Amino acid sequence: MIFSVHVEVRLRPGIADPQGSTVERALPTLGFDGVSGVRVGKSIRFTIEAPDEATAQAEVADLCQRFLTNPVIEDAAVEVQAGAPVGAAS
Amino acid sequence: MVEAVSLVGGQAEVLWHGDPTVKGVDVVVVPGGFAHGDYLRPGAIARFSPVMTAVTEMARSGGLLVGVCNGFQVLTEAGLLPGALQKNRGLKFLCATVGLRVERTDTALTRDVAVGTELQIPINHFEGNFTCNLETLAELRAEDRIVFRYVDNPNGSVDDIAGICSAEGNVVGLMPHPERASSALLGSEDGLPLLRSLVG
Repeated sequence: MIFSVHVEVRLRPGIADPQGSTVERALPTLGFDGVSGVRVGKSIRFTIEAPDEATAQAEVADLCQRFLTNPVIEDAAVEVQAGAPVGAAS
Repeated sequence: MVEAVSLVGGQAEVLWHGDPTVKGVDVVVVPGGFAHGDYLRPGAIARFSPVMTAVTEMARSGGLLVGVCNGFQVLTEAGLLPGALQKNRGLKFLCATVGLRVERTDTALTRDVAVGTELQIPINHFEGNFTCNLETLAELRAEDRIVFRYVDNPNGSVDDIAGICSAEGNVVGLMPHPERASSALLGSEDGLPLLRSLVG
């Protein structure tokens, strides 16, 4: 079975994010007020083949832990959906 | 790195990332660079190079291993050294000669260098900000595993840490480039004592 996966890699709470701070500091100059807590992460998308969703989830969790994130400073929010991604060529 | 090692009388053998063994060398140095374009995270892909299996085995059996800059990043990604290297606090790529203080002797790089020695060594990095949690920092301090500190912290590294070693002391990682301070032509010879310790 094909599964579409979206992994959002985030800096763990408490880890400094100079990119986020820089973006946040620039916003008032651009006319955007009231924005705070800016954190910049990464979005990684892929498809994975697995016999069932539980296996797909487990493999993706392993992939995140071992490679897509550095657990010292990052964690991941994962979405796994059955089927090919919307808009992808069949 | 090969030039610098040869300069102090060492015999350098270049290992390819695909090599299955470390060819019986006495010390492995993972040098600086931009392996895999620093894609995903610096060192994140290079740590899975085939040769890293042999390098890890050597390090775990007490062999000498040094990581410089991108090499340090590879070693933290590989779990051979704790912590992680993040983007510099000022979000600028740093290309400068900085003051480094030796905090611990008797490692592969500091065997013949006294604690407190200050050296002028170049840094060239965007992700040199050493980060670790409080427990790791306490452990590093308690076990005397901080090998180098910046005299004037350029990148926001916790506790001004420029280089650390493993619990057994046989693995050392640092962001500055001692091999780029190996000749008056390069602007500083302060890296020579570190390279001599490596080769000695």
